[in-house]
Amino acid sequence: MKRVSLVFTLALAAGMTAQAASAQTLKTVKDRGLLSCGVGQGLPGFSSPDDKGNWTGLDVDVCRAVAAAVFNDPSKVKFVPLSAKDRFTALQSGEIDVLSRNTTWTLSRDTSLGANFTGVTYYDGQGFMVKKSLKVNSALELNSASVCVQIGTTTEQNLADYFKGNNMKYEVIAFGTNDEAVKAYESGRCDVFTTDVSGLYADRLKLANSADHVVLPEVISKEPLGPMVRHGDDQWFDIVKWTLYAMITAEELGITQKNVDEMAKSTKPEMKRVFGTDGNLGEQLGLTKDWVARIVKAVGNYGETFDRNVGAGSKLGIARGINALWSKGGIQYAPPIR
Amino acid sequence: MAIEPRKPPPQFVAKLQRALGGRAGWGGFVIQILFVAALAWIAYEIVANARANLETQNIKAGFGFMANTAGFDVSQNLIPYSGSDSYIRVFLVGLLNTLSVSIVGIFFATILGFLVALGRLSPNWLLSRIAGGYVELIRNLPLLFQILFWYLAVLAALPGPKQSVSLFGSFFLSNRGFVVPKPIGNPGFEPFMAAIVIAVIASLLLQRYARKQMFDHGRMIRIWPWVLGMMIGLPVVSSLIFGAPVKFEIPELKGFNFAGGSRVIPEFVALAVALSTYTAAFIAEIVRAGIQSVHKGQMEAGSSLGLQRGSTLRLIVVPQAMRVILPPLTNQYLNLTKNSSLAVAIGYPDLVSVFAGTTLSQTGQAIEIIAITMGVYLLISLVTSAIMSFYGWRLGRSLSP
Repeated sequence: MKRVSLVFTLALAAGMTAQAASAQTLKTVKDRGLLSCGVGQGLPGFSSPDDKGNWTGLDVDVCRAVAAAVFNDPSKVKFVPLSAKDRFTALQSGEIDVLSRNTTWTLSRDTSLGANFTGVTYYDGQGFMVKKSLKVNSALELNSASVCVQIGTTTEQNLADYFKGNNMKYEVIAFGTNDEAVKAYESGRCDVFTTDVSGLYADRLKLANSADHVVLPEVISKEPLGPMVRHGDDQWFDIVKWTLYAMITAEELGITQKNVDEMAKSTKPEMKRVFGTDGNLGEQLGLTKDWVARIVKAVGNYGETFDRNVGAGSKLGIARGINALWSKGGIQYAPPIR
Repeated sequence: MAIEPRKPPPQFVAKLQRALGGRAGWGGFVIQILFVAALAWIAYEIVANARANLETQNIKAGFGFMANTAGFDVSQNLIPYSGSDSYIRVFLVGLLNTLSVSIVGIFFATILGFLVALGRLSPNWLLSRIAGGYVELIRNLPLLFQILFWYLAVLAALPGPKQSVSLFGSFFLSNRGFVVPKPIGNPGFEPFMAAIVIAVIASLLLQRYARKQMFDHGRMIRIWPWVLGMMIGLPVVSSLIFGAPVKFEIPELKGFNFAGGSRVIPEFVALAVALSTYTAAFIAEIVRAGIQSVHKGQMEAGSSLGLQRGSTLRLIVVPQAMRVILPPLTNQYLNLTKNSSLAVAIGYPDLVSVFAGTTLSQTGQAIEIIAITMGVYLLISLVTSAIMSFYGWRLGRSLSP
């Protein structure tokens, strides 16, 4: 791990990627013919490779959507698996163009890291997982517990806040990668494993006896997860931001992967703007007029992506909850495309 | 025919020419200048590029972040630390954790390494084969693998805290670590320590006296019963007069974990065991090479003086072998210290884990933090080298007539 961050740091220092750091990301990506996208190291539902090396997941689909918008080809992505610890350095150094790796949006990350969040792909919160045999029903019963956690996450700080705030003692054991933390929890070194609730459900699938473990009801923090891009390139920031909004808008308008061609023929003014048959909104972004159609054809609308990866159509089976559209009781909302 | 005496070349210029240009003279000097200029240019480019990149990304450079609140906890802190302390404190906690595991590792690696080397050189067939097998097995397996083995395979086999193995009801071994009673000073503590110090000083004086007797008069005095008597007797007498020096805080199971007592976390044990057994295999080979480099006549001379094998090794062979052993041994110490940064894989909070890991990703100050971390490892290595060189210098002085 040390070696990786060192390489990134040296790359950053040597300015090997001075080009990428300037306001030319779209051009750099096009010249390269590939989008370099930082993802997780194997979190089912968000970013994980299958046995053939194909990446799937919600975070992965964001990368594919950006690639579809730029190249009209969702396969033109190079996925760079990153640990939580190395992700920001990889983005700062220009190693990746977009960081789409279940990363929590916070003020300090938005400012001091030299990067911007482009939106929220998944509204999450931190929770705890324990063995059923402990007979613990609430996180408030965890006084003096040992907690396994991954290094370099907001989780580490929330944990300290929560236990301190409730006058409870605990022991934290922080591991370099998520898998190492889960393994230590499974071996009995820790009583508790903590990460974002979606991650708990995903990691529980990896345990030998999933049914022996239970996710406690408390959600102790807000964890809005979203993609990040470097400071200093507003055009690229807009492209990544509006790619996600295009997916949400498509769901709002009922445009799906299946009916996208049919819907494109619509004569409604709103549809015409979205599909670029009227106006040049896509070109204003630096893309093509049919950018929304490209995105939806590649990965589907936001709802389809959610269902396929983490929702009802996946092994995780997480309910839409607050991630439903604003019109359906959730808080997912896209500014108008006009 | 008068022969003109050849003029001696102007000394100063010649010396300067040789010093600056080496054997190539002034031509070499020009090449060196160009080389240094190229290096300076590369360094300048690196700094300027980094500065420009940081500026476009609005990252504030500098070390001001070190005073900010860390806001996360650490499982092993040798100095008092809580989440509300600053990153400077985190840095110190991590540094002490790195140093403590390195020092413990070096201590045991050295002892084990010497024992294995002596075992390998032993005339006992079985012992030497076992030692040889140990070296070949351990030094040919990746270290990270061995660390994970000790952590996941050995320590994970320990029972949970509620089923922990208990010794006398006050020592507990479980997968939370090894918990022992914690000594707390009583009023009798200071006289007790004073008694120990007096015993040590008296023993050293006695040893000096015995040596002098041996060198001057060839008389061997048996001093160990006296030393033993003083080392045990004086503290006991002090305890009888002033009362028990310490009382012990007995750990007990409260909730999920032990409260009270001192605890050695399993991450520390796994890392220390893996580092010392791994490095011991290399040290064993270095020591073996060192001992074999001493002429076998020395061994024979020792035997013909009537010394036993152990005494010959200790008094004659090993001191001479140390000159050969020391430089590569220093390398192994440095390797062990640097290898301790693999700790992050098993959640031991060393410098790389808490500082170059958590602190880096919280603050995003990659260049500053990596620079500090590299500087610290460099400093640790240089200090280790200096200590070993000093030892080597003393050794050389005592060996030369």
